[in-house]
Amino acid sequence: MTTMYPSSAGAVTAGADATGSVPATSQPTPPPFTWQGELHGEDSTEQVALARAAPSASTSARLDATDVTCWFGKRKVLERCTLSMEPGQVTALIGPSGCGKSTFLRALNRMHELVPSAAIAGQIALDGVDIYSEAMSPTEVRSRIGMVFQKPNPFPSMSIADNVLAGLALSGISHPDPDALVEQCLSRAGLWAEVADRLNEGGMSLSGGQQQRLCIARALAVCPDVLLMDEPCSALDPISTRVIERTIRELCEEITIVIVTHNMQQAQRVSDNCAFFLVESLREPGRIVEAGPTKQIFSNPSDPRTYDYVTGQFG
Amino acid sequence: MTILTERLADGVTGNGETRNGDSRTTATEATDSSASSAPSGAGEAVVEQLRFRPRVLVSRDRKELMLSLASGLTGSAGMCLVFDWSHPLTYAIWALLIFLTASYLLARDSQSPVVAADRLVTTLVWTSGGIAVSALVWMLVYVAVQGFKGLRLEFLSSDLSKVGPLDDGGGALHAIIGTLQQMMIASVISIPIAILTAVYLHEIKGRLSGLVRFVIDAMSGLPSIVAGLFIYTIWVLRGNGPSGLAAGLALAILMIPTVTRTAEEMLKTIDDGLRESALALGAPQWRSVLQVVLPTARSGLITASILGVARAVGETAPVLLTAFGSSSVNLNPFVGPQSDLPLFIYQLLRQPNANQIARAWTGALVLVLLVLVLFVLARVIGEHGARVRGGSR
Repeated sequence: MTTMYPSSAGAVTAGADATGSVPATSQPTPPPFTWQGELHGEDSTEQVALARAAPSASTSARLDATDVTCWFGKRKVLERCTLSMEPGQVTALIGPSGCGKSTFLRALNRMHELVPSAAIAGQIALDGVDIYSEAMSPTEVRSRIGMVFQKPNPFPSMSIADNVLAGLALSGISHPDPDALVEQCLSRAGLWAEVADRLNEGGMSLSGGQQQRLCIARALAVCPDVLLMDEPCSALDPISTRVIERTIRELCEEITIVIVTHNMQQAQRVSDNCAFFLVESLREPGRIVEAGPTKQIFSNPSDPRTYDYVTGQFG
Repeated sequence: MTILTERLADGVTGNGETRNGDSRTTATEATDSSASSAPSGAGEAVVEQLRFRPRVLVSRDRKELMLSLASGLTGSAGMCLVFDWSHPLTYAIWALLIFLTASYLLARDSQSPVVAADRLVTTLVWTSGGIAVSALVWMLVYVAVQGFKGLRLEFLSSDLSKVGPLDDGGGALHAIIGTLQQMMIASVISIPIAILTAVYLHEIKGRLSGLVRFVIDAMSGLPSIVAGLFIYTIWVLRGNGPSGLAAGLALAILMIPTVTRTAEEMLKTIDDGLRESALALGAPQWRSVLQVVLPTARSGLITASILGVARAVGETAPVLLTAFGSSSVNLNPFVGPQSDLPLFIYQLLRQPNANQIARAWTGALVLVLLVLVLFVLARVIGEHGARVRGGSR
């Protein structure tokens, strides 16, 4: 089991003086609880639902997309995309705007079908189980495959703590120790030190970068196996971006992460694997041109179009 | 102003000292140096010197405004004298027309047609707003002046059952109770239906939403007396007799379209990202609506309900047909005729008796005040609820 520190070191030092309630960072002792220990330590019947949702940290889930094709109405936007997202790794989806990255990402947790005219073909398997089969309901898929959106959007009617717990409240699950869960999730998202003394304030009172980390904490609270991130830093300043990237690197030890980004440097910094999407010409659907380890994509791509894109020749 | 001149002076001296270089670069250098040297000693002084500079009309504009205003007033007066018009409204309309023309022509003459057109539109907008507000204020003041004479404690605590037409005293307690009970019944019936309909229209976007929206739109044009007739036929005449409940039903029919359409507009303002986030957390749609969308739209939904109440509270015709009206207090809204304030006003105002007419005006004032209190109350409850929700877990 992976040990998990309550927060990224930088974030804690940034706010430790202000709050005083944060464990000292100078001595990285193991935290008072771990993610798994917390959930399994309590023997409660209410835990059953949570235990199901809780991944075992050492075996985070793998996600395999095979021949995924997506339509909006009659327009085919994505064709035969096959990609494996390895457990415990960060997969970055790169490519110019409008090439279907976000559509692909939204297909991975069945958000695609929320658009009335949307249709999909192919197969997406979470640990071997097809998420579009009858074995899984959309709500179950979405609670196991979390999502963070481009625009930070905490729920305005809820406090910071309630925002973190929103996923449980919205699934009708009650947690035996909500306060601990709030602290744990905010710590993992690197936000605890900054908001520990104002958990009851509204989520909208935070800055943009803090709001996005709150959204990450909110997504973490339902214990997803996979976290999808749709350009999570595109609306943020470089410092917030750095904090979130550090969070991503920490999280990927336990969670499989798929991130869409327009920022080439970011893809290099955070991802283990990369997939390059491209629309060849207008009216053609997007396709995956090349996928592989990030190092290889950026240093020695096999496709000339990938080379042109990652070296900034176009796009 | 003073800062600006100091800066300019700095710039000038700087320019003079380093005359050799390119004039543009020296100017920027000079301002840079003055800016960087300023905070060292004169930081507080600068803060003190900062002066609020409101956007004002320059003196030429003011002169033109005065001139056109004067020409409007005198020109209209002249026309009234010449053509022997006596109605004040005629005077006001001509004064306004001449004022607008004069201000346009003056601005075009002194500046340009574009400025003149801009000023004309600005003046028109201001005038329209002014007319709307003054009409409302005039009406409210008129009601207050007419009604204030009869506004005593007795008016709020007694009814008209034992008061003859020519007697003093008596009050509108029966009508106030009737209004409150009927509005309560109408709100309890219509607001949940209306908000759920709005949810159907905008959140569920069901297959029938086009049809439902059409019907709701048609209903919002329904004459209120038709709603009264409908309830009169299917409820009052079927052995139930007149009652506050019947009036509440008729008013609910009138409230539903208003509240539905306003609530739908309010739901439209909620960011789709919130719904998606809720669903992406694994929430079923009903929980997303109940726990995220509706709380976020809370104040908008309260506004929608207020508009619905405002639509219904002034209705006379449906109440006349369904509650029949009464001059004594009837605390039971389910049995027996009841009055309410609009009906009270209507019935008293038609009597050839100054005493009764004065009571009607007081009733009107009480109605206005009652609506005001209800609105403020709804707002306060909405805000307070939002605060409690935000502050608790």
